[in-house]
Amino acid sequence: MEPSSDTRGPSRRGVMGAAAGLAAGSATKLAAQPAVSGAQSGGHVAMRLNINGRDHDLNVDVRTSLLDALREHLDLTGSKKGCDQGQCGACTVLINDQRELSCLTLAIAAQGRRITTIEGLAGSDGALHPMQQAFIDHDAFQCGYCTPGQILSAVACVAEGHATTDADIQEHMSGNLCRCGAYPKIVLAIKQARGQMGRG
Amino acid sequence: MRPFTYERAGDLNAASRLGANTAQGQIDASAQFLAGGTTLIDLMKLDVLRPKQVVDISPLRADLAGVASTSRGLHLGALASMSEVAAHPDVQRAYPAIAESLSLAASDQLRNMASLGGNVLQRTRCPYYRDPSWEACNKRRPGSGCTAIQGYNHNHAVLGVDESCISQYPGDLGVVLAAFEAEVELSGPAGARLLAFASLHRPADGQPHLETNLRPGEVITGFNVPSGAWTRRSLYLKVRDRSSYEFALASAAVGLDMDGETVRQARIGLGGVAYRPWRSREAEAVLVGKTLDEGTAKAAAQAAFAGAVTHGGNDFKPELGRRTLVRALLQAQSLSVSEAS
Repeated sequence: MEPSSDTRGPSRRGVMGAAAGLAAGSATKLAAQPAVSGAQSGGHVAMRLNINGRDHDLNVDVRTSLLDALREHLDLTGSKKGCDQGQCGACTVLINDQRELSCLTLAIAAQGRRITTIEGLAGSDGALHPMQQAFIDHDAFQCGYCTPGQILSAVACVAEGHATTDADIQEHMSGNLCRCGAYPKIVLAIKQARGQMGRG
Repeated sequence: MRPFTYERAGDLNAASRLGANTAQGQIDASAQFLAGGTTLIDLMKLDVLRPKQVVDISPLRADLAGVASTSRGLHLGALASMSEVAAHPDVQRAYPAIAESLSLAASDQLRNMASLGGNVLQRTRCPYYRDPSWEACNKRRPGSGCTAIQGYNHNHAVLGVDESCISQYPGDLGVVLAAFEAEVELSGPAGARLLAFASLHRPADGQPHLETNLRPGEVITGFNVPSGAWTRRSLYLKVRDRSSYEFALASAAVGLDMDGETVRQARIGLGGVAYRPWRSREAEAVLVGKTLDEGTAKAAAQAAFAGAVTHGGNDFKPELGRRTLVRALLQAQSLSVSEAS
C-alpha cells in the first residue's frame, strides 16, 4: 500500500525529503514481494499506524521498529536514530501523549495508539509549538540532531508537571543526551515554554 | 534482528497458550513475552535473544495494570508501567522505597514503557552477555566460561557469585521486593500460583543460563507486598557512576520498624552488588533489638558483605556497599513517618 504522501508538506528539507521519498518508493516495491528471504516465519505484515492524527497503512517486515517505520517508510525523518538501543533519547516520540522510545517499539505493537512525532507538533496553521519556539529563542541546540527528541521529551516533561525547578528538569530530561552539551539552554527553553503551554 | 512471528495475546489463557515455549530466562527460549519491550527488543537487536515467536501481552494491561493499597498490603499489577507506580500517592506514602526504586531507575521514556513484570525480569548489563562476539559467557552459552572474571568487571556482583557467573542483577524494584517479602502472582497453563519473590530469581549455582523459576507459559500477573511499619519508614538509596539515568554501583533498600531509638524489625535489600535481588538477613539480624547508631549500622554493613568475593575491577564494591547501607540506615532512622497505615 502506498504510504500517504501528504505527511511531508512544504519542507526546508526538500532535498532530503525527495531522497527519502525515493527510499519509501523502493520500500513499497520490497513490500510487494513475498516474505523476506531468511524469514522462515513472519516476514511482511500489514499494519495501520495513527501518526499525527492520520492513519497510515503499511506493509513492512514484522521486525520494523516504529522509528524505522517513521523514517524509512513514511518519510517522517524528524525522529532521529542515535544509538538505536534505547540509551540516547533521539528517537523520542509521544505515544498516547507519553514520551516513549520509538527505537525500542515494534511498529506492529504500536497499532491502535496515537503517535505524535516532531512533524505533528506545530499547529495546523504552521505556528510553532511554544516548546519549538523556545528552543529557537534560546538557541538550545548546536548540531540539532538530538533536538526533535529533546523537544518532544520537554513537552511531556512539562505536561507531567516535572518541570518545576532546574534540578527537576535536569532529572526528568536525563533520558535525552546532547553531545554538543546544550543542556543549560535546553533548561532555559523549557522554563520559557512551561508558562506558555496549557497543561495536559 | 532475526525473523520471528508476532502474536497478540488478548487474555491470560491466550498468553499461556501462545507462550508455551517460553523458558526460565534461557536465551534459546523459542518464545518470549513482549510487554514494554525495553529489554526484549534491545537484546533482540543485539542478537542475544533470538525468539522465533514474540507474544505481545500488552492487551493484558486492561486488567493487570492496577495499584491497590489496603491495610494488609499493596497489590501491583504486573502490566502497570514503572512511571505509573512511581507516581502513585499510596505507594509514595506507605511504600516510599518502592516509589524511589522506580523513579531512580532508567529514564522517563523507559519508565513509561517498561512494565513491572518486565522490570523485575530485566537481564544483566554484563558487557560479555550483551555482546555475542564474546565467545565465553555461561549465561548465553552454557559451559562456555565467564569472560568477566578475568576481564572488565567494574560493575559486576560481589555477593551470590560463583565460578560460573559474576554478573550483576541490574534492577532496583526487585531489591525492594526481595527485602519486603513480596509475593509474585503467576498465571500459566496449569492455572494460577503464588511464588515468594525471593524464589523468582535462581542463584547462579553453576547454571547461570537458568535465570528464573518461571515455568513455560507462565506470565507474571502481579505482586503482593505485605505492609508493615518498615514499609512506611523506608527508602531506596542508589549510588551511581553518574547522578541520573544509570544503573546502581551499590544501592540499599532499607525499611525500619523502630521503638524509639531501638530497632524492632529491619528489612534490608542490596542492589548493584549481587547476582540476584538480594536480601541481607545477616544485616537485619545484627540490628534487631539494638539501638541504631553509626556503630550498629556499620556492624550490620559488615555482616552484609562478609561473604563478598571481588575480581579486581570491583574491589571497591564491598566498601562502597557498606557505606551505602550505613547511610541508608541512618537516613531511614531520621525520616519523619506517620504511624497510620
